[in-house]
Amino acid sequence: MGLLSKKDTNLILDPLADNNPITIQVLGICSALAITAELKASIVMAIAVLFVLGLGNVVISLMRNIIPSKIRIIVQLIVVATLVIIVDQVLKAFAYELSKTLSVFVGLIITNCIIMGRFEAFALANGPWKSFLDGIGNSLGYGVILIIVGFFRELFGSGTLLGYPVLGDPITKTGVYATGYENNGFMIIPPAALIVVGIIIWVQRSRNPALVEDN
Amino acid sequence: MAINTDKNSYTIIFATIMVVVVGSILAFLASALRPNIQENERFEKQQNILYAMGVNENDESSVNFIPTDKVEGEFHTYIKEQLVIEGDKITENDEAYLIDLKKQLSAKKKGEPFKLPLFIGEKDSKKFYIIPMYGKGLWDAISGFIALDDTMTVQGVYFDHKGETPGLGANIKQRYFMDDFTGETILKGQNYAGVAVVKGNNDPLNNTKDDNEVDALAGATITGNGVSAMIKESVNLYKGYLETIRVK
Repeated sequence: MGLLSKKDTNLILDPLADNNPITIQVLGICSALAITAELKASIVMAIAVLFVLGLGNVVISLMRNIIPSKIRIIVQLIVVATLVIIVDQVLKAFAYELSKTLSVFVGLIITNCIIMGRFEAFALANGPWKSFLDGIGNSLGYGVILIIVGFFRELFGSGTLLGYPVLGDPITKTGVYATGYENNGFMIIPPAALIVVGIIIWVQRSRNPALVEDN
Repeated sequence: MAINTDKNSYTIIFATIMVVVVGSILAFLASALRPNIQENERFEKQQNILYAMGVNENDESSVNFIPTDKVEGEFHTYIKEQLVIEGDKITENDEAYLIDLKKQLSAKKKGEPFKLPLFIGEKDSKKFYIIPMYGKGLWDAISGFIALDDTMTVQGVYFDHKGETPGLGANIKQRYFMDDFTGETILKGQNYAGVAVVKGNNDPLNNTKDDNEVDALAGATITGNGVSAMIKESVNLYKGYLETIRVK
């Protein structure tokens, strides 16, 4: 680790597993439920959050000494909303197709609890470089869960991955469907995401008992 | 820090500066980028209209428009007439496609006079009557274009949405949904019934083309109902004109 010190590496790696924003801190659940019916949407959302959280953390961290504590939440909200709107406008002007794809995610990014959570918990107390790494780490941790959930929901719900039919055709009964297998319509609807996230939490905690809270 | 960030006066000054700075950045950005954005939106409308009449670069399963650098030319090649319908008065207007249907529909709601654009396209000496549509989805507006021939059979559609759920309602702009509409009739007897999006019609491949129904998207009931309502409402708005060109 020539580039990053051990502490810095942990800032990126911790949120991927033992301090995952979704499965451990249970933040960002709203968007994890809403957009994981398809793998592609999950990936797009993960990249968008990576960008916004990395940049937003740096901005908040640079402003951390001048933000009045009474209105810090509003200031954080303004910073993230401004960032997202700037990106949205620039894309609309120069990459219209891409902006069409992303437009539905804009609202979901601004209201993502992970973003506000990291501003509040980390960027307000740490320098820009550390905040940047923290932002990248947390959005990666968020993205990994999103992609896992998206993978299972699209596979079992629609029998496709990234839109490609991997299990055969459910209507003409080819591939796996020839054996009587059916798509599970339940996987398409948001409650299924909650169950998949629940299973991930279960697997993670049974592999690492230190994560289980005492009662 | 030397500054006491807890003081009320500081908070107010900070808030004021922040609002002014952020406001001016956004205002500057919006006005600087507006020409570009408007141009993109204009191309998009042309692309969507052409898409509905089957002028596109689709491959097997994805939606591909005529590229923006060619769309202006193609639009004028294929779209022969652009009409503006205002009550009983029909005029021709080369910029009819720029009419904002949303504004016209809200004028109609208030009882004010309103204009309806309609486009007549011609491809392989076949005439297409293309109607713009506007309606409500689950979260926000949905819109689109529907191309009809003179027997009121759907020749193609294009749907778009502002904020439907990715992976569910947002799939109304996927090929497998839009393609189902082609070949359906919007007439039921003499009524303009449109094409309804229904669940469990036992026709997932949409082989029956005269039932005014296409198969719904799983997990997108409200968006689907919005599409049904939008088509029905739009074709009824244009009923007067369509009756004059319909081959009976």
